[in-house]
Amino acid sequence: MLALFIRDMRLGIRAGGGALVGVLFFLAVVAVVPFGVGPDLNLLARIGPAILWIGALLASLLGLDRLFQADREDGSLDLMVLADSRHMLALTVATKCLAHWTASVLPLVIASPLLGLFMNMEPVGIAATTLTLLVGTPAIAFVGAVGAAVAVSLPRGGLLVSVLILPLAIPVLIFGVSAAYGAVADPNPFLPPFMILCALTLGFAVVGPLAAALALKFGLD
Amino acid sequence: MRLIAENLGAERGGEPVFSGVSFELSEGDGLVVTGPNGSGKSTLLRVVAGLLPLAGGAIRLDGGGEDWPDLQAACHYLGHQNAMKTALTVEENLRFWQEFCGAPHMEIAEALEMVGLPQVASLPFGYLSTGQKRRVSIARLLVSWRPVWLLDEPTAGLDAASEKQFAALMAAHLQDDGIIVAATHIPLGLEGVKALRLEGATRC
Repeated sequence: MLALFIRDMRLGIRAGGGALVGVLFFLAVVAVVPFGVGPDLNLLARIGPAILWIGALLASLLGLDRLFQADREDGSLDLMVLADSRHMLALTVATKCLAHWTASVLPLVIASPLLGLFMNMEPVGIAATTLTLLVGTPAIAFVGAVGAAVAVSLPRGGLLVSVLILPLAIPVLIFGVSAAYGAVADPNPFLPPFMILCALTLGFAVVGPLAAALALKFGLD
Repeated sequence: MRLIAENLGAERGGEPVFSGVSFELSEGDGLVVTGPNGSGKSTLLRVVAGLLPLAGGAIRLDGGGEDWPDLQAACHYLGHQNAMKTALTVEENLRFWQEFCGAPHMEIAEALEMVGLPQVASLPFGYLSTGQKRRVSIARLLVSWRPVWLLDEPTAGLDAASEKQFAALMAAHLQDDGIIVAATHIPLGLEGVKALRLEGATRC
C-alpha cells in the first residue's frame, strides 16, 4: 500500500502529473474575485471564507477524473482488481485517494492562508478557513473517487465526474463555510459545524472507497 | 495444483463469444489458445482471470493451499497494455509492482537481465521502444512469483531473438511447476504444451 502511495505521489508531482494545475486554478479563481466585486475591503473580508472554499472545491475537482482513468488506460487497473484478495480493492482506492489528496489538494490548503490575505481576512478567519479546508477536502477526494470510478470508461468524463459528485460535495461546502464563519462572526458557533465536517470526512472515507471499488469491479470490460 | 475450467462460456454485449470451453492443467502444463481475430482469445483469458463475468460453466484452482486461496491471487496477467507508467523509470515501475504484488521472486536487475535489458533500469519507461516496453512488462512476471501466468499476445512487438528468449523463460516457468495459459496467433515456440483452438462465433 505504501508502494502505491509513493508511486501515485511521484506521478502527481512529476511532469504531466498536474498537481500544480490545481494550485494555479485556485490562485486564478481567488485572485480575480476582488476585481469582480470591487475594492470593498469589508465585503471581501465577509465573502472571503466562501470564496476560498468554492475555489478549493472546484480546484480539487480538477484531475479527479484521471484518478482511475490513467491506470485503466495502461492496464494497471486490471492488475489492481486482480490483487483484490491480497490488497482489498477498497483499500487500494482509499490509498489512491489519499495520494491524490496529498499531491494535488494539500498544496491548495497550504496556499489558502496567502490567498486569505488577498481577501482581506482576519488572522482568525484565515486560520479557521485553512483548518476547515484541511479537514474537509479529503471528503471531496473520497466522494470524487466514486464519480471517477463510475465514469472510468468514458474518455471525456471530466465534467461528468464533477457534475456527478457536486451534489454530494455540497454538504461539505456548507459545513466548511459555516464553521469558518463561526470562528469570526460572534453569535455563530464554530465547533458544531466543524464536528459535522469531521464526521462527513470520516463517513465518506468509509463509504466512498467501498462504493468506488464496487463500481470499478463491475465496470471492467 | 490444478487449474480446472469446465464448460466456460462468455458473452460480450449480450452476444455469445464462445461456449463449452473446457480444459484442465496441472503443474508444469501450458495451454496455447489460438484462433482467428475476434474468436474470443482475450475474452477467455479475462474470464479466467476473473476480470469478466462468466456466462456459463465454472473455473477453479485446486490445491493452491494457503498461499494461493483463489485463482485471482495466483495469477499474473499480461494483457495488451503493459501496466507501466511512462513518467516513472523502469526500475521504479518494477519495484512498485514487486512491492504491490508481494511474493518477491527475482531481483529487479536479475529480471531485466533475463529479458536482455540490463542497461535500461534508470530510463523513464516512456523512452523505450515498443519491443523494449513489452520486455520490461515481461520482467514484471519475474519479479514476483505467481504459479499461473495468463499471457495475452505476449510476443506482440518482440523481435525473433526476444521471442526465443521469452520461450526459454516460459519453459523455465513450466519447469518450476508453473502453469501458463497463453493466447496468441504466432507460434510461441513452446514444446509439449496443450493446444486449444477457438473457432469463433458463426457470423452471418
